[in-house]
Amino acid sequence: MLLDAFPSALDLARFQFAFTVVWHFLFPAFTIGLASYLAVLEGLWLATGRAVFLETFQWWLRIFAVAFAMGVVSGIVMSYQFGTNWSVLSDRAGPVIGPLLGYEVLTAFFLEAGFLGVMLFGLNRVGKGLHFAATCCVAAGTLISTFWIIAANSWMHTPTGHEVAPDGRFLPLDWWAIIFNPSFPYRFLHVVSAAYLTTAFIVGAVGAFHLLRDRANAHARLMFSMAMWMALIVAPAQVVIGDLHGLNTLEHQPAKVAAMEGHWETRAGAPMILFALPDMAAERNDLELGIPGLGSLILGHSWEAEIAGLKSFPQEERPTNVPLVFWSFRVMVAIGLLMVALGLAAFVLRLRGRLYDTPWLLRWAVAMGGSGLVAVTAGWIVTEAGRQPYTVYGLLRTADSVSPIAAPAVATSLAMFVVVYFVVFGAGIWLLLRLMERAPHPAQEGPAPGAPIRTAGITPAPAVAAGQVTQPGPAE
Amino acid sequence: MSDLDLPLIWAIVLATAVFLYVAMDGFDLGVGILFPRLERGEERDLAVATIAPVWDGNETWLVLGGGGLLAVFPLAYAIVLPALYMPLIVMLLALIFRGVAFEMRFRQETERGRRAWDNGFWLGSTVAAFSQGVALGAYVQGIAVEGRGYAGGWWDWLSPFSVLTGLALVAGYGLLGATWLVWKTEGGLHEKARRLAAPLGSVTLGFVAAVSLVMPVLQPEFAARWFGVPHLLFVWIVPVAVILLAVVLFRALAAAPIEGARSAMLWRDAIPFGAALGLFLLCYVGLGISLWPNIVPPGITIWDAAAPPATQGFLLVGAAVLVPLVLIYTGFVYWIFRGKVRPGEGYHH
Ligand code: HDD
Ligand code: HEM
Ligand code: HEM
Repeated sequence: MLLDAFPSALDLARFQFAFTVVWHFLFPAFTIGLASYLAVLEGLWLATGRAVFLETFQWWLRIFAVAFAMGVVSGIVMSYQFGTNWSVLSDRAGPVIGPLLGYEVLTAFFLEAGFLGVMLFGLNRVGKGLHFAATCCVAAGTLISTFWIIAANSWMHTPTGHEVAPDGRFLPLDWWAIIFNPSFPYRFLHVVSAAYLTTAFIVGAVGAFHLLRDRANAHARLMFSMAMWMALIVAPAQVVIGDLHGLNTLEHQPAKVAAMEGHWETRAGAPMILFALPDMAAERNDLELGIPGLGSLILGHSWEAEIAGLKSFPQEERPTNVPLVFWSFRVMVAIGLLMVALGLAAFVLRLRGRLYDTPWLLRWAVAMGGSGLVAVTAGWIVTEAGRQPYTVYGLLRTADSVSPIAAPAVATSLAMFVVVYFVVFGAGIWLLLRLMERAPHPAQEGPAPGAPIRTAGITPAPAVAAGQVTQPGPAE
Repeated sequence: MSDLDLPLIWAIVLATAVFLYVAMDGFDLGVGILFPRLERGEERDLAVATIAPVWDGNETWLVLGGGGLLAVFPLAYAIVLPALYMPLIVMLLALIFRGVAFEMRFRQETERGRRAWDNGFWLGSTVAAFSQGVALGAYVQGIAVEGRGYAGGWWDWLSPFSVLTGLALVAGYGLLGATWLVWKTEGGLHEKARRLAAPLGSVTLGFVAAVSLVMPVLQPEFAARWFGVPHLLFVWIVPVAVILLAVVLFRALAAAPIEGARSAMLWRDAIPFGAALGLFLLCYVGLGISLWPNIVPPGITIWDAAAPPATQGFLLVGAAVLVPLVLIYTGFVYWIFRGKVRPGEGYHH
């Protein structure tokens, strides 16, 4: 890279966007799945009347409130960053992606935000049925939000349904083609199941953590068992979806796949490279270790299929950071395979009746608690760094997308983002971990209505403190 | 569709969304601004409990303002946001501080932790309000444009006028917050909010007067709007209405509380909040009169900045159905949490 003493405004803007979007996505990756999980728990409680479902629901609800709040405030930053830092992109592509984000606000964000208050504070105000409806609205809102944002993002990877005006603006022609662009179905499925897996592994790790302390804890058993079912079913599905997603990418963004696979030369019978240190200057890999032919088999569905290498693309069309794409891809895939393995191991032990009292399994599950978050981050880096040097693939370069803002301004804002995010979200994550560490147990008897507010200072609001057992109780 | 003046419709829709944001997040930011005057512990918890179920929905109007602008007036979005770079980034960071402090302050086990997050809540709310005001002032005073992009520097936003509007908005939000607490609480906190609201009302009106006096000097265009002959025939209504509302506000604040009679008191207690909102609306209309039909002052109109009809029409179809729906269920949520909030009783009908 040719960096002068001071990084360029473009590099700073890129880093700022990557930094804020990765932070943002950590929260939705967890809350999309958790919202659905809460809806399932509440539904099971309504159907069976068993207290353990309600208590587990309430236990996770408090965690959800904190994670959701962080997702919202970090998301607001994103919706303004397109304008502050990528104003040329906004001007040119705004007519196409703007309405998708507009629909996201109108169909999803209002739904979530409106009913979140009822979900958190309303159980003794609106009755069970309406409360359940509110929980379902929040869960649906998170999925609708995913739909729109992934449609916008996918359009930037595989733009269709538009024309380019003489002044360089993208003008919409066919909304159906824009929304259901070629990579959208794959990316949408892959991201939703990624979010479900992320949540399942966090829930499973928390359950396992408490089982290691107390094997009889009914709530921990419930969490762990549900999470391991999810791992068994969704993790293999994710591998299949990921493979299909990759084939779709090969069709539309072959240079990205070449970087993911670490292929420089175009050849038949390409290997699947397990380890390598891609050297961009020399245009080759050091210390390469691969399985001959397997790359062609996976990508071309034949041992002899010809796979395009990076050298077949002009220098200025290749991803700008091949090692980053290459290694992020391996991290994601390795985690995916480990997830499948854990799901299978848990299934075998379940059949033998040993699910809750096999310490190595529980420890493994605890260790995998954050793996979904790592895989999701790695996946986004593959996708986005692999799309370089374009923002709208093949049509608008990243270098031509950036705002006319001086480097010192971007450097200042970046420094502020870094400090504030680490302090504020660091504290928030610390709180989340503390909440997860408290053993779930049957709710204590709630105070009678009209009892004085608890002064411990831990109740989410007086409205909650006033509730019966059906309210999220105070922390123990 | 083709005969509709889509940019005009969208200008109205977005202006409404921005006003709803200012009105709703205004009172919940205002509660944060008042924090140093509220006693630690129960008083602050009660004040926060009045906004806890709704603040997230309130902030969503800000997202609609930003996202909507990108969709239907992308050129304005692409010029205004870089021009207001610093105040907007500071506002976003302040909102982060505040949103997280909101969740954290309830859950601290130590007195120190609680105090720290209370301060974070106050600071975040105040800085967010101030930077919104600064952004507004910088926007009104005009933005340097070249071709399709912003052509100024990264300190252009800073001027005596933008600092004035920044302070004005802090005072105005404080007034909204105080009158909201007058409505939603009773007893000690209610009385305190009443005492705070009156001076805040005077300060806010002082700022309104100052801003109104500076505006015509700022740009001759504005002066023509207000003092030119055909306009003068109807724009005088705005300042007169401001004075009338101010009278309503101060009289309602001075009225002695009635013992007993709860539900009657409830609506009577809503009058100061309603009057404060009315003041905001009038100032907003006043701004509109000055700026119309520019979306990027001084020279870019809503028609210049509009996205193509295919874009504006596509989103309008959805908005025509969804915005009323959103308003209905937002109203429903406010209805669920209606009434005064009391310690130990939760919400009270
Ligand atoms: C729990 C999370 C998770 C897991 C276990 C996996 N992925 Fe993934 N992957 C993502 C989370 C993710 C993601 C965050 O959802 C990405 C980023 C953007 C996207 O479309 O999905 C992604 C992107 C992504 C891409 C890039 C597509 C593109 O843009 O062009 C490919 C080819 C794969 N994945 C393939 C796989 C394979 C073969 C996996 C399993 C062995 C796998 N992923 C597991
Ligand atoms: C750069 C792209 C993105 C932008 C501009 C963006 C924008 C936003 C905004 C503005 C919010 C706050 C909404 C509110 O006020 O309620 C938000 C929250 C949310 N976003 Fe993002 N978002 C992005 C990426 C994503 C992705 C990729 C997903 C899902 C796959 C996603 C899912 C969500 C969800 C579920 C929420 C709800 C809040 C939460 O659960 O934490 N977002 N986003
Ligand atoms: C409409 C939606 C989106 C737009 C307009 C958008 C735009 C951009 C832009 C302008 C950049 C900076 C240029 C670059 O370095 O690549 C970028 C990078 C990036 N984006 Fe997206 N993005 C969108 C959605 C997302 C989503 C949903 C995610 C995932 C959470 C995401 C993750 C990233 C990452 C990780 C980078 C850094 C890549 C790198 O710099 O190498 N983006 N995106």
